[in-house]
Amino acid sequence: MSAALAAILKRDLKLALRAGGGAGIGVIFFLAVVVIVPFAVGPDLPLLKRIGAAVLWIGALLASLLGLERIFAADHEDGSLDLLFLAPVPLALAAAAKALAHWVATGLPLVVMAPILGLMLGIDARSLVAVTATLVVGTPAVTFIGLLAGALAVTLPRSGLLVAVLVLPLAIPLLIFGVAATDAAVTGEIPFGAPFRLLCAISLFFFVLGPIAAAAALRYARE
Amino acid sequence: MRLLAEGLGSARGGRTLFQGLSFALGAGDSLVVVGPNGSGKTTLLRLIAGLLPPTAGRIILADSEDPVAESVHFVGHLDALKGALTLGENLAFYKSLFGGGGDAVDETLGRMGIGTLAMLPAEVLSAGQRRRAALARLLVSHRPIWLLDEPANALDADGQILLARLMQEHRGRGGIVIAATHARLDLPAAREISLAGAA
Repeated sequence: MSAALAAILKRDLKLALRAGGGAGIGVIFFLAVVVIVPFAVGPDLPLLKRIGAAVLWIGALLASLLGLERIFAADHEDGSLDLLFLAPVPLALAAAAKALAHWVATGLPLVVMAPILGLMLGIDARSLVAVTATLVVGTPAVTFIGLLAGALAVTLPRSGLLVAVLVLPLAIPLLIFGVAATDAAVTGEIPFGAPFRLLCAISLFFFVLGPIAAAAALRYARE
Repeated sequence: MRLLAEGLGSARGGRTLFQGLSFALGAGDSLVVVGPNGSGKTTLLRLIAGLLPPTAGRIILADSEDPVAESVHFVGHLDALKGALTLGENLAFYKSLFGGGGDAVDETLGRMGIGTLAMLPAEVLSAGQRRRAALARLLVSHRPIWLLDEPANALDADGQILLARLMQEHRGRGGIVIAATHARLDLPAAREISLAGAA
């Protein structure tokens, strides 16, 4: 069983990293969002410093939405989704392997980029560490929410915007506690641990719910 | 191992495609499903694989521990190849996904007459070459029941002879072959189900 899951993970990673796989698009989009903010708010360094964590989170969240609609749709179009149903692994675990591959190819580069982009916003070292930690926990959860949305929209053409609209409301708690934890690390009014643990709890919830709900949606879509 | 269908019925989009369909297949048997376009040949194959729920009846695999879904190979209209991966990578993926032992990837590609293409991305292959690659899936992992939807599509004369030989060997090993087709398939002593079309 683990060999089958490893095979799915490896194949999806290869597909994402090959030409046309779209792994680099998210990073460029993230860069674009973060770069245009100072143009909009002006060269006010204290202000950028204050809103920097929020800007990084919004950028990473929006960049994480890219490509989610292709997670299952591509497999549906070429017929390989049928074969996942025939594999000797539970469909929910196969879906989780696909989500993990998607996150490693598209989400992990965002996390790596975040501290570098944070420097451009004048964020100090302490909150760079905090915002990176919250993104490590939060962005995979966005992918796992997207797994469900991608499964719901699997048979729909051009479903990118629909998937984004489905994911964003569910991702709002992640955004709230992600930014709150970063603010806590900077201001010290409340301990960093409290909102961070809530962020972890919400992420864990979606790690479980996402694959199970996606498998149910895929089963329903076949009929 | 015996594959039993009892009173199968299916309706798609409010139309009854077939009902009361029963058959029993044992080791080495084969079944050819014929009928006009839209009569439900593909639907029947998907039903047997468990990819669609039947509206009536059931599919049972007697004398076997494994569920039906893990005992079948399904080769449908779509070749299920990833264009960005090489032919070899595509086949190696299915070998590890399905597990269960089987022939080596290189050897199988050679046998299917596409051995020299193993390093090419699947997107540059012709329809016939893609079909050969899809059929190669049957060999890289062993499963007792083959569900083939128009397997001879896009195959040249040599390819059709090769397909006939593969099906014959599989039946010789005690496997079951169920094929939906318009074209004549070289399947000796195969049983036939004729689907009449929508009632």
